[in-house]
This record gives sequence, C-alpha cells and structure tokens, in this order.
Amino acid sequence: MRRRAAVGVAVLVLTLAGCGGVGSVGGGSGGGAGTGGLTTMGFGLPDEIARTRVDLFKREHPEVKLDIVEGSFDEQQFLSAVASGNPPDLVYLDRKLVGTYAKRGSILPMTDCVRDQGIDLDQYRPAAREQVTLDGTLYGIPEFYSVRVVYLNEALLRQAGMTAADVDLSDWQGLVDLNAKLATVSDGKLTRIGIDPKIPEFLPMWARANGAQLLSADGRSANLSDPKVVEALQTGLRLIQDQGGWGKFKSFRDTFDFFGAKSPLSQNQIAVWPMEDWFLNVAAKNTPDAELVVKPFVDRQGRPLTLASGSAWVIPKGAKNPAAACTFAKTMTATATWVAAAKARVEARKSEGSPFTGLYTGNADADRQIFAEVYQPSGNKRFDDAVQTILAVQQSAFSIPASPAGAEFDKVWTDAVNRVLSGQADPVTALTRAQDEATAVLSRASK
Amino acid sequence: MTTTATDTPRATAHRRLSPLARREARWAYVFLAPWIVGFLVFFAGPMLASLWLSFTEYDIVNAPRFTGLDNYRQLLTDPMVARSLGNTVLFTVCHVPLVMVISLALAMLLVRVKRLQGFFRTVFYLPVMTPAVAVGVLFLLLLNTQDGLVNRALGVVGIDGPSWTTDPHWVMPGIVLMSLWSLGSSVVIYLAALQNVPRELHEAATVDGASGWQRFRNVTLPMISSALFFTLIVNTIAALQMFTEVYTMYFGNRQTQTSFNADAATFYVIYLFQQAFQFLHMGYASALAWLLFLIILAITVVQMKLGNRFVYYEGEDR
Repeated sequence: MRRRAAVGVAVLVLTLAGCGGVGSVGGGSGGGAGTGGLTTMGFGLPDEIARTRVDLFKREHPEVKLDIVEGSFDEQQFLSAVASGNPPDLVYLDRKLVGTYAKRGSILPMTDCVRDQGIDLDQYRPAAREQVTLDGTLYGIPEFYSVRVVYLNEALLRQAGMTAADVDLSDWQGLVDLNAKLATVSDGKLTRIGIDPKIPEFLPMWARANGAQLLSADGRSANLSDPKVVEALQTGLRLIQDQGGWGKFKSFRDTFDFFGAKSPLSQNQIAVWPMEDWFLNVAAKNTPDAELVVKPFVDRQGRPLTLASGSAWVIPKGAKNPAAACTFAKTMTATATWVAAAKARVEARKSEGSPFTGLYTGNADADRQIFAEVYQPSGNKRFDDAVQTILAVQQSAFSIPASPAGAEFDKVWTDAVNRVLSGQADPVTALTRAQDEATAVLSRASK
Repeated sequence: MTTTATDTPRATAHRRLSPLARREARWAYVFLAPWIVGFLVFFAGPMLASLWLSFTEYDIVNAPRFTGLDNYRQLLTDPMVARSLGNTVLFTVCHVPLVMVISLALAMLLVRVKRLQGFFRTVFYLPVMTPAVAVGVLFLLLLNTQDGLVNRALGVVGIDGPSWTTDPHWVMPGIVLMSLWSLGSSVVIYLAALQNVPRELHEAATVDGASGWQRFRNVTLPMISSALFFTLIVNTIAALQMFTEVYTMYFGNRQTQTSFNADAATFYVIYLFQQAFQFLHMGYASALAWLLFLIILAITVVQMKLGNRFVYYEGEDR
C-alpha cells in the first residue's frame, strides 16, 4: 500500500514537473561564458538567416547546450517564467517593449555583458541603440533594423497618366488629388487603393514628417495633442475617407494576399503605400516582374525620413546562465555572423532564381560589409534601385524612444486613431483624450 | 457496543462501518486525493493569492506592495471597466437566449429524424471541437465586409451587408454571430432531454385536444426544464468569461491589433488580461477578476433561486 502510494506521488510529481516552463530545460547554474545550458525564448528558425547564425554559434561553442524554444515572444509566458524564478536565459522581443520591462526590473542591464564580452556598441545603429536604452542604461542588443519606405506600382501610375516622379509625399494637399486619381471606388465599393497612409501604425512617421514627436526623447512625456500630430492624423483620415471610409478601406485591405504570389502589387490592388523594407524581399521572391518603384518617405520639406524598429536580445532577471546568453547575443549580432547569414541568403535566392535584396541589420558595420562584399546587383533595375533607396534612408531614421510605459503608451495613441477612423471621435477630441490618458500612464510608470 | 451521550453522530456512524466499508472509504479518499490536491494547489490557492494581490500593487516581477482598497477604488473610476463590462453583459444577453432558442429548435428537428440521427448529431457537434483560436481567425474572414461569405450570402438576397469587423455598431452582432458556431453542445443536451420526455404524456395531451404549441408549452418545456436550466447557467458563465475567440480576432492578430477600434470588442476578461500581462498591473487585474467573480456569483444565485421555482427534476418531491 505504501509502495503504491509512493508510486502515485512520484507520478504526480513527474507530471507536474513535465509542465515546467520555458526555462525548465538546461541552464547550468552560474556557468561561465560558453558553458552550461542556454535556453532562448521568442526566437525561431524559419529561414537561412536564423539557421546560419545559430549554427555558427553552435560550432564556436559546442560545449553550450543550446535549447531554442521556438515561437513568437509571449508576454504571459515570459512574465510567468520570470515570476516563478525559472526564466529562459535569453529573450528575443520587439525593441518597443524593452523600456517597460527594464523599468520593472524584469530584464538585466547589459552593461556587464558589453564590458565582459568586449562588445563594440558603436557598431549598432544609433536609432536601434536608443530603443534599448532607458535612463542611460543599455538593456538589449539590437538585431534587425527595419525602416519604412514608400512603394509605388508604376503600372497603375502610368494608367493614371503619371510617373513615380509625380508622387510627392511632401505635398499633403497634393496627396488628396493624387489619391482621387489613383483610387477606384465604384458603386460604393473600393476596388483599388490609391494611397494607403498606413495609420494607425505609421502615425509617428507622419507626425515626424510634420515636425512633431509623439513621445519625448526620454520616453516620459506625451505630445499627442500637438496640432502637428492632429494635422497628420487629419491628413491620413482624409485619404481614407475619400476611398469609402475606414470600414470599406480596411475590409478591402484585409483581403490582400500580402505574402503570396497574388500580392496587391501583382493584382494591381494598391498604387502607393508606405511599408517596412522587408516587403522588398517578399516582392522579389513572389513577384519579381512587378513594376515596383521604391521611394523614400519624406517630410514636408521633402527631406527623406523613416521610422526604424526591430527586435533585440535581452537577458531576463533570474537567468541562470547570463554569460552564455551574452555570448549568444554577441555572436548573433556580430559582423562576421551577419555576413555569413547574408551569404547563405544569396545562395538560397540563387537556387530559387530570385534576386537578393539585401539584409538590413542593427549592426551598421555588418551592413557595410554585406553591401560591399556580398551583395551584387541582380540586374533587375527596379529591385537594385530599391535596395539603394533603403540604404540611403537608413541615415534619416528615427525610432520611438524606450519608455517605462511603452506598451500602454502604444495602446493609448493607437486607440485614439482607431476611434477617429471608426467615426467615434474627431481628431482633436480623440488626441486630447489620448494625451490625458498617456500623461497618466507615463506618470504612473515613472513612479 | 454501546454509545455514550458525548459521542457525536459522525463518530457513531464511523464505528458502525464494517471493515470492508472502512477499507472502501480509505480507497475513496486515495482516489479523491489527486482532485483534492489539484483543487487546493491550482484553484483554492491561486484564488486566495489573487484576493491578496487585489489589495496590492504588483507588477509580477517585484514584490507586491500593499495599497489597501486603491485597486477597488480605481475600478469605480476607470471608464474601460464600465465599457468592457457593458460589452460583456450585452454579449451575454444576446448570446445566451439565441443559443438556447436555436439549439432547442435544432434539437426538436433532430428528435423527429428517425434515420441518420447520429450523423446529424455529430455534424452539429463537430464545430465545438474546433479550436477557439481557429474559430476567431475563420470568422475574421467570414465576416469581411468586402469578400466575406456572410456578406456575400446577404448580397444574394439583396442585402448590403454591414462592416462587421470595423463598424463599432456591428462588431458586437458579428461576435454574437460567431458565438453561435459552438451551439452544438447545447443541441446534444436538449436532444437527450427531449428523448426522455415520455411519449404517453404527449399522447394523453393529444387525446385531450391540446394543440402542438400547447403540448410544447405544457408538456415538453416543463419536462426538459432541468436541461434548459443547466444550459442557461453554463452558457451565461461562459459568455461572461468570453476571451479566446475575440482576442484572436481583434487583439492577438497582428493585422487587426493595431487597426481596430478596440473599445467595441474589449470584453471584460480581455481588459483584465491586458492589465495583467501587457501593462503589468497584476494587482489591479486581480481586483478586476474578483469583481467578475462576484458578478457571476450574483447572477448564478439569482438564476438558481428562479430555477427552483420553474425547474422540474424527475423523481424530486416538490
């Protein structure tokens, strides 16, 4: 009887142990650099860029038992793991979340990591560094560097009797007329988007183009009710209202096969839209024959401007092997690693018969080397020119600074724009309310 | 063996147990132990912890700081609490009666089907097996204003379908429509209840000249009232805790999370989740959870009181 009871208890304990969190695998306690176990979270191995770099780390550090828990970053899983004292050793997340987690102490400063591993911080792009720095302390190692450019479908412009040169994004009054020429609305049904302002997501870029920032450089003061922000929102709203309103506009956009061969570019469903640089890769792979032109987004004076974002590696509080985590983060973002990944991407593209459109990382040295030694113009002038445009606008990038209430601040202004788009509030009312809400959450988070 | 005046009834009963009965009782406790441990560790423990946390400021990472009734005071002034609670109650009020009426109608059709009843029962139940996340994604496509199947179907009969997912006034009807996807479990329960209604009662009522509606009202409904009552309670509780499908549609989906009027689809549990895991206000989220618990408890108590008056249980002395 006692023996049976003991077996029963053992089974229960093992079952519960089997339900362990992400940090339950590996993790040599207090291991030195390059030893013990290393568990990551939020990272996957979907392509050769990821696989090449991970393989390189494994080759350089065979003594580290690497366990990559694949999947997107899950805040609930992450916080539960940290709270239970069993976090992963390294987490891959959006840079805009770094400030919030840093303020709460759920991630560790990278100061020791940078010093011990001799990481050259100057190699990382300033806009990326700013996003992982709160109150002068670095909390993350930047990974990719995504910027926004304007994509144009030249076939549609030609149909409207225009060329790409006629599209002037600095002339906000002119955008309304341009939109009217390019959009197709028949019987109240939108069948072609003329200009997609991509709001709410890109409101910070439209606001910046108008000379305003949504958030102060220290991440502690909101500036949402600034008349320049209001004007930016009014402009985006007008472009959407002229195309049937938000309901029709968004519903039509939701039908797009953005990542497939029937992309809105190939189906002539959209003429002009700002978007992240990674779409160039998608277009090169799926629609290499599309009549694509890429231009920089510009401010109202016509100067190039772009919003930069990306992911970062952070070490959570309670990580059992921060030394190995730091080594991994360093290796994954090192110049030589990125170059190796770029070479792998070139080979992969060659075998598919599609052009290599570059690799854009948070490491400026790596990008310089990639574009000097690995990148070769494909011969497809449209894509080759697009690559040069993306490289050029990187010099004019800004990012939303790290904030102790990053996630809440994001939600506040996004909700405000959505209230405007759905007709529940006018821009002034919505942004005034958002300013009050943002001030409250930023003040609370700063305590 | 004699008993004394100081013996408790329980002690007396225990002594009366035979050795076999005592052994069986011990084994019963052994087999119950996993549930009891599970209840204490995974249910009662977290509930008490959550009650304590609701009086603190807690960000999950740092130690909780006692703040008294601050979180409960904040509940009263937070406009999103009223909004999300309103959305949730509106959904419950629309969803529960619709599910019950449609499920009962389907079950009554099924009970008349003599052949292939098992097949149709399976067909109606299969959607319940679909993961909630998949249902959310599926309905995002079905409810698309321009190309969605729902509006296309409406178009066939000359109706210009609304913007189900973007118009704040149509978001809730869209969610209610989606929620009907999982009415199969109620259909199965009603079907079983209907099959247990004695045929003689219907025959007697028919002989007495009762019409179809009168037989339904005076015979069928009372006889299945316990099943109706059960589905009323479980559907109400489930509706008040609605989360996964709506979160998938409007908050967890990368395409929609930044481009949707969140006010219209923010259900109470979604707001609670945001406060807990996105904004790290776990203490406030705990207070939100306790408010919901009390609301569900109150509604269930009222339903139980009313149920005692209207529900017929077979074999029960009234």
